[in-house]
Amino acid sequence: MKIYKQLIMSMGAVLMLVSCGQQNQNSNGALSSSAAEKVYVAPGEQDEYYAFLSGGYSGNLTVYGLPSGRMFKEIPVFSQFPTSGYGYSEETKPMLTTSHGFVPWDDAHHPDISQTNGELDGRWIFINGNNTPRIARISLSTFETEEIIEVPNSAGNHSSSFITENTEYVVAGTRFSVPIPQRDIPINEYKSNFKGSLSFISVDPEHGHMDLKFQLLMPGFNYDLSHPGRGKSHGWFFFTTYNTEEAHTLQEVNASQNDKDFIAAVNWKKIEEYVNNGGGTKMPANYAHNVYDESTHMATTTMKKEVLTVDPLKVPGAVFFLPTPKSPHGCDVDPTGQYIIGNGKLSADLTIHSFDKMIAAIEGEKFDGEAYGIPILKFEDVLAGQVKSGGLGPLHTEFDGKGNAYTTFFISSEVVKWKLGTWEVIDRKPTYYSVGHLMIPGGNSRKPFGKYVVAMNKITKDRYLPTGPEMEHSAQIYDISGEKMELIYDFPTHGEPHYAAGCPAELLAPKSKKIYRLDENKHPYAVTSPTGSKVVREGNEVHVYMSTIRSHFTPDNIEGIKVGDKVYFHITNHEQDFDVPHGFSILGQNTSELLIMPGQTKTSVWEPKQVGVWPFYCTDFCSALHQEMQGYVRVSPANSNMELKWSLGE
Amino acid sequence: MKKASILMIVGPLFLLGLYIFPLWKIMLGAPQYPDPLGLNIHINGLQGMNEFDIQNIDGLNHYIGMQTLPKVEDMWEFGTFPTIIGIMVALGVLIGILGYFKKVGYKWFLGWFILMSILGLLGMYDFNAWMIDYGTNLDPNAIMKLTNPDGTPMTYKPPLLGHVKMLNFDVTSMPSIGAWLMFVGMMLTLAASYLGWKNTKKQ
Repeated sequence: MKIYKQLIMSMGAVLMLVSCGQQNQNSNGALSSSAAEKVYVAPGEQDEYYAFLSGGYSGNLTVYGLPSGRMFKEIPVFSQFPTSGYGYSEETKPMLTTSHGFVPWDDAHHPDISQTNGELDGRWIFINGNNTPRIARISLSTFETEEIIEVPNSAGNHSSSFITENTEYVVAGTRFSVPIPQRDIPINEYKSNFKGSLSFISVDPEHGHMDLKFQLLMPGFNYDLSHPGRGKSHGWFFFTTYNTEEAHTLQEVNASQNDKDFIAAVNWKKIEEYVNNGGGTKMPANYAHNVYDESTHMATTTMKKEVLTVDPLKVPGAVFFLPTPKSPHGCDVDPTGQYIIGNGKLSADLTIHSFDKMIAAIEGEKFDGEAYGIPILKFEDVLAGQVKSGGLGPLHTEFDGKGNAYTTFFISSEVVKWKLGTWEVIDRKPTYYSVGHLMIPGGNSRKPFGKYVVAMNKITKDRYLPTGPEMEHSAQIYDISGEKMELIYDFPTHGEPHYAAGCPAELLAPKSKKIYRLDENKHPYAVTSPTGSKVVREGNEVHVYMSTIRSHFTPDNIEGIKVGDKVYFHITNHEQDFDVPHGFSILGQNTSELLIMPGQTKTSVWEPKQVGVWPFYCTDFCSALHQEMQGYVRVSPANSNMELKWSLGE
Repeated sequence: MKKASILMIVGPLFLLGLYIFPLWKIMLGAPQYPDPLGLNIHINGLQGMNEFDIQNIDGLNHYIGMQTLPKVEDMWEFGTFPTIIGIMVALGVLIGILGYFKKVGYKWFLGWFILMSILGLLGMYDFNAWMIDYGTNLDPNAIMKLTNPDGTPMTYKPPLLGHVKMLNFDVTSMPSIGAWLMFVGMMLTLAASYLGWKNTKKQ
């Protein structure tokens, strides 16, 4: 009997231990796994949002998934991209043409997705090249750059590329004022000689083609960032300025003297009307317009020779200055279009202007002087409120569509959540480190998707395993679905992301193209059936019309090429199967490989310098017989009589 | 007999579905084909389930030396089957109408059903024979010549019905809408025969 009792007691004790253990496990597990569960996208599952992060000095645009932070693609825009041959292939070289010649790099800053009625429509994404001023349009069905327009009379194309709420215009403002037109004058004659251009580039609603409709020539300030009005303020555009001091040297100090700079409010509808009625002055110019045609798989450049400029003083009631403290950086408009937020980067506070008050002040003509003839509104008359944040160095603000705003603070490295209207701070969370822009999908439209915010930082330091002095920039994802923000993920980015744009996956995923149709390929050198392959000599230029399919090139033996020839390999990928590209490279090529998508044609130039038999091969592991996907070109001396011969399987 | 005759008229009309819908379908799924390739077998030719499926199936099959999938002109069946179906539909409807006017009896109904069943079985036999040829008559210079564990050359006949694992592909073969419509139609003619037979017994 005793033994039984002991047994039962000890069993009871064991049970208690076991159950205690389980309880502990459960509570620990729940605590530590919540952030992980929020960002975990299981193998085979897909993300909820697309995020397009600018590449900054990479010149490109990277595509990520949210909430996983996984990178899907780098889209070449302003920079040559040897991975695909963008900017190296004959078809895409014209994309990088400018009035300064071939410019194979730029500094890409602010992507913005096209909108209809103030909501993201997912047709295109635009992005600016900062250094040699350009605006690019990228298709969101092929995820390829389709068009680049150079912006004349601009320098440091920074307050760009933001679009109006029906994608009527993509707007590009100059950060550096310059002499307009450019001329040889002393730098210290900056004042009154230098001007700042704000360019309104119209977007064709059907094809998206861009056309520089007019340029507003503003006083020589620095136009830093901008955003369109929306809803009630649709028709207006707002630009932050700094260096209203018009300093031309040591701007660090000299451009930081004024207590207040301005937000320029531009009534573009009024100017559009003025221009449509024949207003404005045509000025000679020289700028490139590069368009890539999806059916010919080719880009062409047109040099434009004229630009329509508008003097703001000629359109009364079109431009006003809103005094805004301390060299404001970001210029953000809330989803209702009522509040215009100036992020005064040298102060602790945010200044919020009211659109209604601005209109009332304009109607009441309550001006506080003027700058170069442009009326300045009284600060107190347009002020809606100020956020006393306690942070330092506010840069950018996004919105969640639930009445809250989120502002990044560069100096104090944090994101601060505050309430529109009451201006009270609700929450603040650190970032790692020195955050620049932040992005909520749709966060600068009428309809934000307020579930996640991505903070893009300038400094990485110890966040990841070190990789020498140079490291990729760090980004953080916060869950903002609750009252308090929650840091849920930390991931390295590529290049230096400035701004980003995001949208729900279902807006783009269903219409993402899988192949290019071979029967729609209108490339002049395309071979649409393998029997069409040939090699044609025109003097010392040789055109190889080549096709590829798993796992061979047609032709794969070519003879009769001579030293000094310029050989164009025009390669058409005959696959019509999703995700079966073929690559091409040949020994001694002074350019990059090509990566040719199904149904596409691309061209690589090879100028053989040495006699011999030189191999070429497929660079993309296309199939089980990929290693066999190769061929030879025989190169004879320049004075040889070798006839051209080509074959496959002979 | 009226009811039976109406069923006999309606039943064969279901076979007209074969001119629109596929008779059979073969699906090929593999790890790298999360959206499976598919083949719709119509009485008058083969169609890819997606536009480029036939081209892509042929592209894959060339590695193991299979012939390309037959075009309409490559097989007499694609010309003959539609004619046979047309004749059978016309014949069935005619028998039904004659039955309605009491010119023929249930035995004719049953006769049509039996003839159609025999033709169907012959069709299946023919289809299977083609698949055997397609799956076993391989190019001797094929890129990949695989053997079974017992050393015999591997063959690739798709199943007539059901699922088979072939290399990296899961191949599933099953009747499609056209076949189901034909089945329903034939069952109606069988029902017509039964009702007709019951009628004669009453009288």
